[in-house]
Amino acid sequence: MSDWSERRLEGRAAAREPARLEGRAAAPAPARLEGRAAAPAPARREHRAATAAPARLEGRAAAPAPARREHRAATAAPATRREALQLIGAALLVPGMFPWTGARAAENLQLAFGSGSLEGALQALGVALDPSPKVRLAVPDFVDNGAVVPVEVTSELAGAQTIFVFSEANPFPLVARFSIPEGTDPYVSTRIKVAESCNVYALVQAEGRCFSAVKHTTVTVGGCGNG
Amino acid sequence: MADPMRIRARLKEGVTEVHVLMPHPMETGFRKDDAGRPISAHYITDVQISLRGRTVLAATLSRAVSEDPLLHFRFEGGRAGETLRVDWVDTRGERRSDEAQIEA
Repeated sequence: MSDWSERRLEGRAAAREPARLEGRAAAPAPARLEGRAAAPAPARREHRAATAAPARLEGRAAAPAPARREHRAATAAPATRREALQLIGAALLVPGMFPWTGARAAENLQLAFGSGSLEGALQALGVALDPSPKVRLAVPDFVDNGAVVPVEVTSELAGAQTIFVFSEANPFPLVARFSIPEGTDPYVSTRIKVAESCNVYALVQAEGRCFSAVKHTTVTVGGCGNG
Repeated sequence: MADPMRIRARLKEGVTEVHVLMPHPMETGFRKDDAGRPISAHYITDVQISLRGRTVLAATLSRAVSEDPLLHFRFEGGRAGETLRVDWVDTRGERRSDEAQIEA
């Protein structure tokens, strides 16, 4: 990720009202990582994320350790979408896919999944579309049922770390994020819902750069409502 | 509790090919029931697939992943007979973990 995008995201984080940030800090987000923390490598990373966070993020950065302790006694059920998203975001502390701290990455991912526009989602992730033949996206030209659209992403990029899938016309265009550790092929195939005929995008992050592919699909019956 | 996942992991020429099917309604929150009442959102948000405690794929899903999410991917370093573990958590905090042996 470039300095540019990091700076931009910092600005955004600072602009947000403090009350909301506090709320997040108090949430027991990292709880679901307990099990994972047992694995040596992720535990080390989590620790680094907690200690190396810049002062500006004190509130959030300090959260992991105490929150995890509280959480052992409490239930892990996220009651709201926000909490659920916090849980997702917390997962990012482990892979440490982004050069900035885990807390910020989690927050940005949360923003991206909650964004109502493709542009908003890309911005929240600090990425941009950059069409490349090294990213291949297979989506059918025509689908009868938008609720089940097969999507396959393959990349020839060395060091691919993350694959994102977007469906432009969906109420929330970011569909999924896949984190690809070393040893796993930069390939993933799944099935998604597509609201109406539109472009589907795949974006691959590799060694700090982003490359994308786009494919238009024509949908007979949309994948959102009762149909 | 959701139904058990269906996991198939097959080793071929040093690469383990994995298919995971996770039975789940993946409700978007946009649909209505027969009486016209909205059906609340309920979907898997986070999936982790691991071997010997090492993550081989982590996925963050949205409501836009189809019902009964299917994942297909490949990784290197698996051995026949080893146990692959899949964990998911959804928007209600429900979880499920299932395991499967890597087949030769």
